[in-house]
Amino acid sequence: MNTGDAKKPKLGVQAATKIYHTASGDLLALDRCSLDVSANEIVSIVGPSGCGKTTLLWSMSGLHSLTSGEIRLDGKAITGPHPDIGIVFQEANLLPWRNLDANIRFPFEIKGEKPDRAWIAHLLNRVGLDGFGGKFPRELSGGMQQRAAIVRALALKPSVLLMDEPFGALDSFTREEMNRLVEEIWLDTKTTIVFITHSIEEAIFLSDRVVVLSARPGRVAKEYRVPFPRPRSLEIMATKEVFDLTNRIKMDIVGERTRPKAPERPSAEIVRIRP
Amino acid sequence: MSGGDAIPEFSKSKSGAKSGDGHEVSLTNLSAFASGPGIKSGKEVAAILAVAVIIIGSIELALRLFHVPLYIMPPPSSIAYALFDEFPLIAPHLGYTLVELVSGFTIGAIVGLVLAAVITQFPFAEKIVAPYILLLVTTPMLALVPLLILRFGFGYTPRIIAVALAAGPMVMINAATGFRRVDSAKIALARSYGASTLQIFWKIRAPMALPMILVGLMIGAIFGLLTAVGAEMVGGGFGLGNRLTTYSSMIQMPQFFAVVLILSTLGILIYVLFFLIGKKWASWEA
Repeated sequence: MNTGDAKKPKLGVQAATKIYHTASGDLLALDRCSLDVSANEIVSIVGPSGCGKTTLLWSMSGLHSLTSGEIRLDGKAITGPHPDIGIVFQEANLLPWRNLDANIRFPFEIKGEKPDRAWIAHLLNRVGLDGFGGKFPRELSGGMQQRAAIVRALALKPSVLLMDEPFGALDSFTREEMNRLVEEIWLDTKTTIVFITHSIEEAIFLSDRVVVLSARPGRVAKEYRVPFPRPRSLEIMATKEVFDLTNRIKMDIVGERTRPKAPERPSAEIVRIRP
Repeated sequence: MSGGDAIPEFSKSKSGAKSGDGHEVSLTNLSAFASGPGIKSGKEVAAILAVAVIIIGSIELALRLFHVPLYIMPPPSSIAYALFDEFPLIAPHLGYTLVELVSGFTIGAIVGLVLAAVITQFPFAEKIVAPYILLLVTTPMLALVPLLILRFGFGYTPRIIAVALAAGPMVMINAATGFRRVDSAKIALARSYGASTLQIFWKIRAPMALPMILVGLMIGAIFGLLTAVGAEMVGGGFGLGNRLTTYSSMIQMPQFFAVVLILSTLGILIYVLFFLIGKKWASWEA
């Protein structure tokens, strides 16, 4: 608002800091992490494990509160779950006692709205789940479950889709197919996507921008633009540019992992611990 | 194993083609009821019947061959005859027992379910209450029947109370186990759509607890039956338990065993009822 004509980010993370209070002491998961995501952009977040990727995503979703800092959606601070944000969880997180139709109806039931049948049918068709509505999650493969979860996340037409390592449990072929599907859906809807992953290849294939988080406490260590045109093909993934980019990101992450650790506790804690 | 486990993800086959497989998997995967009868093929049913015929036949033969007196062990044929012959006289007592069982169980189950749902929301209160619940579960409520009779007389009341006291804690302890199974990802999912605490309870916690609730209801109903019959044996002139004491005191052993047979049938019916409910509503739990 105060910046006037400057292009406002769709999702703006400003100095996000998150401290977990655990039995074994305080844990600084995010330390003044800042990141802007533009409208219609796909941004992937990669980083060494335990670097706070999921914490950051859950904060963006409004499911976690931040210790300090703020996250703004369209310029307004997020204080709780927001109807304009859809989430795809690790593993599909479908409700096993509901069939696919009922799982996809779930968001509407909670909101007390009538399901948008035409839109749901369109999405189901898009992800290739036509005719599977009566199936229960356990009757479906992991890839199909995750496709259903994507349909559920998009059912309320969110303008931002947060995806938390959605394909981590899938085999590499299914994962490639799912990546193409996400790109297709994005070309279709232009939903802003924040994508967390362990797979650098997946991040490069999908993203306009890859953000590397530092080892805990998480901050943005590096950013790479991925300039390849869409739709991207598997051939592009075999080019030298992609190979080089993959290696640079990999070295960044390895560097982060072996970097001498920053103090994990806020300085006040350290003072207290001193004998 | 061969059909249901690997559903090829990329195949575009129609859903109908595989529904049979999926269904069968669901019927046999009901882990909470895994010790149950499951699905029997025609062959298995025939084998079970054959074994029954052989056992009953040989008992009959042995009892007649060795001239075992009726008051020690009546042969199956005379039990069957007594069941048929005395049934009009036994039937009202079956009705009394059912009244006690159904009303006592309903009261106990409702109280048990509500307490389980409330108490699991407050982990601290749960820790305080847990030992007392365990005490209620492990104390045979039959022991209280003489006291209840002193206070409430020989009618239905003491029996219904005893049945409720026996069934309630069983329902509660199992339902609480169910409600305690918190899946934070599923609750986060509901919260991400702005679900209220009540919505989370009805749409996530309750369905997740359902398999354990059904186990609790089944065990509670069986304990309720035991307690009802026991209470009837202690005092009061009606009910199947009263028939047992009456027939045995008159050394009418075929009639006595006919009542035992009715009681076993009741127990099996309770089991089958909850098994079928579980198969219908909780078969998602693999």
